[in-house]
Parts: sequence; C-alpha cells; structure tokens
Amino acid sequence: MNSTNRTVVVTGIGATTPLGGDAASTWEGLLAGRSGISLLEQEWAADLPVRIAGQIAVEPTEIIPRPQARKLDRSAQFALIAAREAWQDAGFAGPAGEESSVDPDRLGAVIASGIGGVTTLLDQYDVLKEKGVRRVSPHTVPMLMPNSPSANVGIDLNARAGVHTPVSACASGAEAIGYAIEMIRTGRADVVIAGGTEAAIHPLPIVAFGNMMAMSKNNDDPQGASRPYDVDRNGFVLGEGSGVIILESEEHAKARGARIYVEAVGQGISADSHHITQPDPSGSGIAQAVQNLLDQTDLKPAEIVHANAHATSTPQGDIGELKALRKVLGDDLNHVAVSATKSMTGHLLGGAGGVETVATVLALKNRVAPPTINIENLDPEADADIVRGEPRALPEGTIAALNDSFGFGGHNVVLAFRTV
Amino acid sequence: MAATQEEIVAGLAEIVNEIAGIPTEDVQLDKSFTDDLDVDSLSMVEVVVAAEERFDVKIPDDDVKNLKTVGDAADYIAKHQS
Repeated sequence: MNSTNRTVVVTGIGATTPLGGDAASTWEGLLAGRSGISLLEQEWAADLPVRIAGQIAVEPTEIIPRPQARKLDRSAQFALIAAREAWQDAGFAGPAGEESSVDPDRLGAVIASGIGGVTTLLDQYDVLKEKGVRRVSPHTVPMLMPNSPSANVGIDLNARAGVHTPVSACASGAEAIGYAIEMIRTGRADVVIAGGTEAAIHPLPIVAFGNMMAMSKNNDDPQGASRPYDVDRNGFVLGEGSGVIILESEEHAKARGARIYVEAVGQGISADSHHITQPDPSGSGIAQAVQNLLDQTDLKPAEIVHANAHATSTPQGDIGELKALRKVLGDDLNHVAVSATKSMTGHLLGGAGGVETVATVLALKNRVAPPTINIENLDPEADADIVRGEPRALPEGTIAALNDSFGFGGHNVVLAFRTV
Repeated sequence: MAATQEEIVAGLAEIVNEIAGIPTEDVQLDKSFTDDLDVDSLSMVEVVVAAEERFDVKIPDDDVKNLKTVGDAADYIAKHQS
C-alpha cells in the first residue's frame, strides 16, 4: 500500500441508546426532542442521591441469545448490537471473508469504552463475597477487560488488520473513531468498524460520580435534568449504550458500489495537561484541538455549519467549549448550528463519541441539526448559535460538521465530517 | 441418594443447555464437550461447578482434563458422588 493519505468515508451506522434500539429510532428521537432519561426504579437505587439515568431503550438480552450474552459484559453486548447494525447498513452480508466483499486482513475494529466492564467486575466481587471462590465466573476477566467490546466485535465480523481500544474517559469513543480514520488514511486497513460503548449504570459509578459533584441530582424531574446551556444546569446525567460506524477508504467503498454517507475528514487531538478532572478554564486545550484539526486536515472553517457539542450540562464545561470554538473559529462560529444531544441521551461516557458521531453523520446526510432540549433560560455566556427546541435545516452545498468529545484526564478530541 | 446414569445425563444436558445453548436432546454420552457441544475451556469450568453442586460431588481441576465426553463426566460423577 503506497498511498498514505487516502480519503476516508462513512458507509454504515449503528446504535443502541436510551432513545432507541437502532440508529433510525435514535435519530427519530433526537429530531423529536425526546428525552431518554428516566427514574431508576431498581431496588438498589432507592437510597442513592442520584436516581436518574438514560437507560437503554431495548435490552440487549432481547437480541443476543443467552449462551452468548452471559459471556459478554453489558458494554460488549451494546457494542455487538451496534456493530452488527452498522455492518449490515454498510451492505455487508456476513463476516469478512467468503460472505462479504472485505478481505479480513484489511478489516480493523476500534471500539472504546471509558470504564470497561465495571458491572461485571463489581457483580463478580459480590459473587466472591456471597457465594465463594468456586462460583466466580471463569469468564470474568475476558468480560471486564476494556478491550472486550472491540475484541468481541473483531471476532464476530472477522477483523484481522488490528483490533484496538483507546481509553481516554469520555473522549474514548471519539478517539476510537479518530484512530480508525488514521488506520485507513495511512493504509493499514481498508475498512474499520469504529465507535464507543458504555454500561456503567450501577450504584458504585453513580455514587462516585455523584460525590465528585459532577452529576445532576434533579430526581424530581428526570426528563428535564440534562439541560446543557440552561442557566440552571447542575451536572450531567449518566446514559448507557453504543454507537458504531463503518469507516472505509473511498476507493474501497466506490469499488464495491457502497452508499457513502459522508467523508470522515479527520481529527484534531490535544491534551490540557492541567488537572485530572477540571477542564482548563481558559479552554486553551480544546482550542488547540480545533486548531490542530484545521492545520492537519483540509477542512475550511467556512464549510462548518454544525457542531455536535460535548456539552454535558455542567456549569463550567459547556461554556468553556464554546469559548474555545469562538477563539479558533472567530466569526465563522456564527454559521455553526450547535446541538447538545446529551440533553436527550444523557452522557454515555466512552459511548458518547460513538453515538454522537452517528448523530453528526445523520445531521449532515439529512441536512438537519437536532435540537437541544430543556433550555428554558439560555446562559447569556453561551456565545454561539444554539439549536433550541426544534430541529434546524442545514444549508445546501458542501457542508461540514464537528463532533467534540472531552474526557477526564484532559483529553480533547474533535472529529470532522463533510458531505460528499 | 445417588443419581442413576440416566439422571446424571439428563442433569448434564440441562447444564450444557443453560451454558452453551445446545438442545438437551443433543447432549448424548458419546458427545465431546469441546468438539460437539460448543463448550470451550472456560465454559467447561462452569459445567463442572454446576455439576458439582447438582450431584454433590467434587471434581478436582486435575481430573477435569480427562472429562472429554458426556459419558466421561457421567461415569466420573456416578463413581464419585456421595
């Protein structure tokens, strides 16, 4: 493979989220401005300070047969469902090899999660304490390891060009997609299954995030709790699910006559190097990521008409991101319709970059930006064109969109997509 | 009271069905756990633990490797159950 700067396109999408069991129903929910947040009615949640979350709309065990499901952490179950949907959506019949027109040695998988198999880890520790050594599942390690979703998807679809799992907290899903774009651009693979997944709705992560003062405690109003850019926002709402896309070299996609959603233009990455959880208040790290995107790809600020913001509904983070975008894009931010879809899905942590990339791809393809819900009083510091209440039509011609994801640790990832 | 061989095979069939999803009628004496019943080495540990509880028998790790077929397991359990 001589080419080291190949064009990369998106040819398939899949998702399972609090809004729906597939990409289409998730997208429909986003356009309708529907909240996927609900009260946690499980017994274990009764005494928690936070009792709301974005719970998956379709239980994965309704889809994956029990003998397979019991060997997969919930995060891997989500990823497998989203990956299979994306694979079919891309027009592939069966796994790479004889059943579809992809060489397994040219197929990669990069699926990330922020926390890994945390429910498996904690549940099996309960088994150890309550039932003893002999009853701990021999599947525990392959279920809890963070690379499990990626590895299981790779095995399921016969990916042999490399299976990877970048871990960068809430930027993990976006970093996975960025890594996959590079695999194709530099010639390591022709097709890569990429995205993020997370399943962390369990008392320990909820209590731990809650004790960091990072989560909304609006238990009385679950559907109104995730409210990016509203003056009364008071923290994120945890969500679960997965979003996966099929990335492919333009050459490979055209040769097999695939439907192309959009071009995956590339990524801008930076690190804050500031504090392990607090975002740099100056936004300089995020601004550097956007600048790197512009410097390292052929994306033009004039093309950008939409951004799926990271915006998790925290007092500091939402505004810091907009300041960073303004710093780099200047007046070009005025023609960017900014949507915070976490207002509807909640924050899927490592799954967010995957699900929000699916939303970004569909926004470009359908030329409509989903709304941000629950903004009753827009924060006057939100110096950008926030899409509120109703979806917004995007212009004709060649248009591009950003998908921002930032993670604890100071990880900043900005992905860019463009119509073809 | 000790289980008969028929009861042991029926019990193993239920265990293999639960763990590997194989129909109980396909779990026959001559079937290999690995080659015929989709029970890999990790799932075999689960089969063994379930069988120990069900038939009140101890199957040490060193003996598990000798249990290739359903018949091997049924014989072992019949011989060692208390």
